[in-house]
Amino acid sequence: MSHPAPSDDSMRPVHPALSSALPDRLFAWASRGAALFTLALFLGILVSLVLGAWPAVQRFGAGFLIHDNWDPVREDFGGWVMICGTLATSAIALMIAVPVSFGIALFLTELSPVWLKRPLGTAIELLAAVPSIVYGMWGLMVFGPVLARYAQQPLQSLVRGVPLLEPLLAGPPVGIGILPAGIILSIMIIPFIASVMRDVFEITPPLLKESAHGLGATTWEVVWRIVLPYTKTGVLGGIMLGLGRALGETMAVTFVVGNSNQLASLSLFAPANTITSVLANEFAEAAPGLHQASLIYLGLVLFLITFTVLIFSRLLLMRLRKNEGRSA
Amino acid sequence: MDAAMNLPILAALPPNASGAAPFPPVKMSVRDLDFFYGEFQALKKINLDIPERRVTAFIGPSGCGKSTLLRTFNRMFELYPEQRAEGSILLDGEDLLTAKQDVALIRARIGMVFQKPTPFPMSIFDNVAFGVRLFESLSTIEMEERVEWALSKAALWDEVKDKLSQGGASLSGGQQQRLCIARGIAIRPELLLLDEPCSALDPISTARIEELIAELKKDYTLIIVTHNMQQAARVSDYTAYMYLGELIEFGETEQMFLKPARRETEDYITGRFG
Repeated sequence: MSHPAPSDDSMRPVHPALSSALPDRLFAWASRGAALFTLALFLGILVSLVLGAWPAVQRFGAGFLIHDNWDPVREDFGGWVMICGTLATSAIALMIAVPVSFGIALFLTELSPVWLKRPLGTAIELLAAVPSIVYGMWGLMVFGPVLARYAQQPLQSLVRGVPLLEPLLAGPPVGIGILPAGIILSIMIIPFIASVMRDVFEITPPLLKESAHGLGATTWEVVWRIVLPYTKTGVLGGIMLGLGRALGETMAVTFVVGNSNQLASLSLFAPANTITSVLANEFAEAAPGLHQASLIYLGLVLFLITFTVLIFSRLLLMRLRKNEGRSA
Repeated sequence: MDAAMNLPILAALPPNASGAAPFPPVKMSVRDLDFFYGEFQALKKINLDIPERRVTAFIGPSGCGKSTLLRTFNRMFELYPEQRAEGSILLDGEDLLTAKQDVALIRARIGMVFQKPTPFPMSIFDNVAFGVRLFESLSTIEMEERVEWALSKAALWDEVKDKLSQGGASLSGGQQQRLCIARGIAIRPELLLLDEPCSALDPISTARIEELIAELKKDYTLIIVTHNMQQAARVSDYTAYMYLGELIEFGETEQMFLKPARRETEDYITGRFG
C-alpha cells in the first residue's frame, strides 16, 4: 500500500501495474473467495453440528461414545453400538476392496490385452454409477440370502464347537448384518479405489518400469516394489476416498445391516447398526430434544471419525516419505 | 574443409590406434534381425558381431534404429504387444529370441542404463541391492560388500558412502546416472547396454561416466548408443553406423572415423549429413 515516493517516481504512474493487473486481482480475489467459502462452509457445518448436539453433549458427555444403550423412551442414549457398526463395516469393506482394486488396477495397466482395457475399465467405472439404493435392494433381496445359504450355513456346520469361530458365524441365516453390509460396501467402493489406482499406475514413467524389468524383475516384482512405492500417495488417496465413501454410505447399508441397536452377539451375521443407518431411520421421527440432539451428536462423531481418518492418512504419508530412504 | 571438420574427432581418438587387429572373441551375434513396430519395419536384416570385453558404439541419425536394436538385446520390446523381432540374437551361442528360458533370467544377464536416470523410489543402498535380491540371497555383510563394490566401480562410493539410507532421488542428475550404472553392474551382468547414458548430463558428469566405461570394459562387454560422435570416438573400440534401420558399416572405431569404407558413413561422421 505505502509507496516510498522519491522524486523520479512522479515520472511514472503511481501504480504502474494496477491497470493491467486489475483483472488478475479480481480473479485472485474470486478464487480466494471460493477457497474461503469452502472453509466457511466447513466451519459452519461443524458449528451447527456442535450446537445441535449440545443438549446431548451436556447430558452424556464423552461417555456417549462408549455407552451401549439406545433407548428413546427412557431418553438414555449412547453411540457405542453404531460407532462399532460403522467402523466394522468400513473395515470389512476396505479389507475386501483394497486387494481386489489393486488386482484390477494391476491387470488393467500391466497384464490386460489392449482390446480388453477400455471396455473393462469402463465397466468398473460404471459400477460407481449404480445408485446406492439399488445396491441396497440387491443386497437385501439377492446377495444376502445367497450369502446366508452358500456361505454362512456351510461355514456354521464346519465350525460347530470351535470356540472363537462359532459365535462369529452364529445367527439365523437371513443374510443381514455386519458382514453383508461390509461386502456390499466393498463392491460400492471398489470402482473408486480401482480407478484411482489404475490412473496413478499409468503415470509411472515407462523408463522406470523398464529399468526394473531390465534387472530381471518380473511384472509382479515391478508393480509391488517399484510402481506401488512410486505411486503410494495416489494409492493412499484412492483408499481414503473409498474409506470416506464407506464411512458415510447410508442407503445400501441401511438395507442390509439389520438396524438393530445391539452388540451382544459377536456374530458377523447378527443384525447391527451404523451411524448413518440410525440417522436415516430415526431422524424423521425423533422429537426435538434429547433424542434429536443425540442423533446430531452421532453425526458429529461421524464427522470427527472421517476427519481423523484424513489426518491419519496425512501422517502416514509423511512417515512413508521419510522412510523412503530407509527400508532395508 | 573436410579435414578441418574431422579434426576434433581425430583428436579424440585413442593414441595407440593403428593397424587392424584380429577380431576379439564374439560375445553376441545378431543374425538377420528384423524388427517391427506394428506395421513399420524399424530394423532390416541386421547382421552384427559384438566383441567380448570391448566397447561397441552404435551411431546414426535419430530414428535410425540404434536404440531399437539395443532394446532387442534384452527383449525389452516384449513389454509392448505391438512390437516384435524376427531373426536371431545369439548370446554365447544361445538364441535369446527363441530361448525357453524365462525372460527375466535373460535380462538378469544383461544390464541396461537408460537415457535419463531412473532411480527407484527407495534408498541408495536398496537401489543397488534391488536387482541382486531378485536372484541371489546374500547375507547382510555380503550384500553390503556387493553394494560397495558396485558403487565403487561406478565411481560413486566416495560421494554416497555416508548417506546410503537416503533416497536415490536426492542425488544430482549425474550421480543418479552413476547410481543406475552401479545398479546395472551390481547384478554382475555379462553385457551392459548403455542407451545414450550421457544425454541428460553436464560435461563433468559425462567425463566421469566415460572414464567409468573405459574402466568397465576390463570385465564387461559394453554397447553404447550415442548421438555424440566425439563420445563414440573417445570411448568405443568398435563402431556401427546405422541409417534408416540398416547397418551401413561396422568396424574398428579408428578405422570408421579415419577411413570409413562407405561414403554414407563418411558423410555422417564429417557432419555433411545428419
